[in-house]
Amino acid sequence: MSIISATSVSKSYGDVKALDGFSLDIEEREIVALLGPDGAGKTSFMRILCRLIDPDPGADTRIEIGGRDIFTDFDPVKSLIGYMPQSFSLYPDLSVEENMTFYAGIYGFSGAKYREMRDRMYSFSNLGPFARRRAGALSGGMKQKLALSCALLHDPRILMLDEPTTGVDPLSRRQFWEMLLELREEGVTILVSTPYMDEVARTDRAVAMLGGRKLMEAAPREMARSFEGKIFLLPVEPSIELVDCLSRIPGLKARRFGAGMHLYLSANAGMEDFAGEFAEAGIDTSRIERIDPSIEDRFIQLMEAQR
Amino acid sequence: MTAEHAKRGGTAKPGRCAPDAPRGEAATGHAVEIDRLTRKFGEFTAVDGISLSVEEGEIFGFLGANGAGKTTAIRMLTGLLMPTSGTGRVAGFDILRESAGIRRSIGYMSQKFSLYPDLTGRENMQFYGAAYDMDRRSVGRRMEELAGRLSLAEFIDRRSGSLPVGWRQRLALAVSLLHRPRILFLDEPTGGVDPVFRRRFWNILYRLAAEGVTIFVTTHYMDEAEYCGRISIMHRGRIVAVGRPTELVREHGASSLEDLFIDLISGEGVSS
Repeated sequence: MSIISATSVSKSYGDVKALDGFSLDIEEREIVALLGPDGAGKTSFMRILCRLIDPDPGADTRIEIGGRDIFTDFDPVKSLIGYMPQSFSLYPDLSVEENMTFYAGIYGFSGAKYREMRDRMYSFSNLGPFARRRAGALSGGMKQKLALSCALLHDPRILMLDEPTTGVDPLSRRQFWEMLLELREEGVTILVSTPYMDEVARTDRAVAMLGGRKLMEAAPREMARSFEGKIFLLPVEPSIELVDCLSRIPGLKARRFGAGMHLYLSANAGMEDFAGEFAEAGIDTSRIERIDPSIEDRFIQLMEAQR
Repeated sequence: MTAEHAKRGGTAKPGRCAPDAPRGEAATGHAVEIDRLTRKFGEFTAVDGISLSVEEGEIFGFLGANGAGKTTAIRMLTGLLMPTSGTGRVAGFDILRESAGIRRSIGYMSQKFSLYPDLTGRENMQFYGAAYDMDRRSVGRRMEELAGRLSLAEFIDRRSGSLPVGWRQRLALAVSLLHRPRILFLDEPTGGVDPVFRRRFWNILYRLAAEGVTIFVTTHYMDEAEYCGRISIMHRGRIVAVGRPTELVREHGASSLEDLFIDLISGEGVSS
């Protein structure tokens, strides 16, 4: 049975449809990534699951968490979920420790139970040495670890994380994800939104969203594999002139990538179809190699198909 | 000025985003040149003797962990903060004595959204244009030009606070380009921006660089770091590596730029 089961959820803000009949089931111990541009509906969906906002009334709309209807039976659900909002949710003038005490207070526990959870969080986040530091004076990566600790204090079974690593450096991001993978081992289910495709690759399932609807739902590797077409790497020093020159060739799309160029072809085309054009442009094709599409390639393709 | 710089200058197309801001005396040909730049806050050394030079028209990635000192360094480079010691020139102006000249020659876009949310894009540009002492007519002309180049037409007359992040970032970039700066400082310009917008944003940067604008950019996205001509990696106030991304990875025997970065800032293995 799914630990989260949401069916036909819609939410409008005036004329704007943030969610448009969106459905998603999440199994226990799954890490599910929501990806999509701004306004795709990721934040609205998480807020609805946490009952911070209500969806539009709909006859088919149903949301169950842990087998309970969140609209009629939310109290027992509350203790199951931990939510880390997108914007900084800590009190900058309070210390690391005071922030945790405060959150524990919200969930109504203190004393020995609080101390046990606090110590667990410290051993998990390595924030112990900074217990007295003002949250506002922490680095970006440490702030996010503290926010995660606060969301975890009451030992939730489900974590909802809204872009938890935006503005966080690669080392802190890696540490943050090691924490998430460890939590999954402990049985926690995680729903996370992120603009980083390397993070999406670490999840069990990726849900691509646009305009409040689901574009695709698949294991990250499957999503990358479902790319329609072929991608080649042309290892030459890229320049604007080269991009422009290649972009003029019908049936070919060119993009700079690091020290080389990526060439996008349709599925039934091959590099040999463009031999004449390349020769004319004076481009050496001997070192061209086919490469695997990335999740990002597929995501962009899905988005562009909607336009 | 070396032949190479002269050539770069020559390829810039006048009247587009080509630089025409004033140039300081004793210009070096480098867009940024700093020597042992240091900034202390009390006991804490935020920036510890960094030296760098960035060529005109280069896209330079200024990387480092959160708290490594990048923002403090950028504040010194943009004339907003005096160094404790060290010297440097930005756009040919001395960072110790000619900060006004620097500010006229550079554009700056920070990780924090820098536009007035209650004003439309157009009104924001008029406001910033006035701040740069541009007359209304030239602001208007420049605005039309930028609206075309950065595809702002769809949202330039909407309240900027209500726009999606990707659009706001493009608007903020347009504002930072209003006065035709020769150097752009971008502090995490694409934080939280989805891949489609990020690709578009970088296409704009490539075009600007091809016209001779120097781009000095910080990012936490390693794929973006790979788009840069050269990068530096900062750790605890010092620069621990500088070079072309692919060469750095190869020289250090790392498997990827992310691995190199993590290696350098976690103080294991590689040191320099």
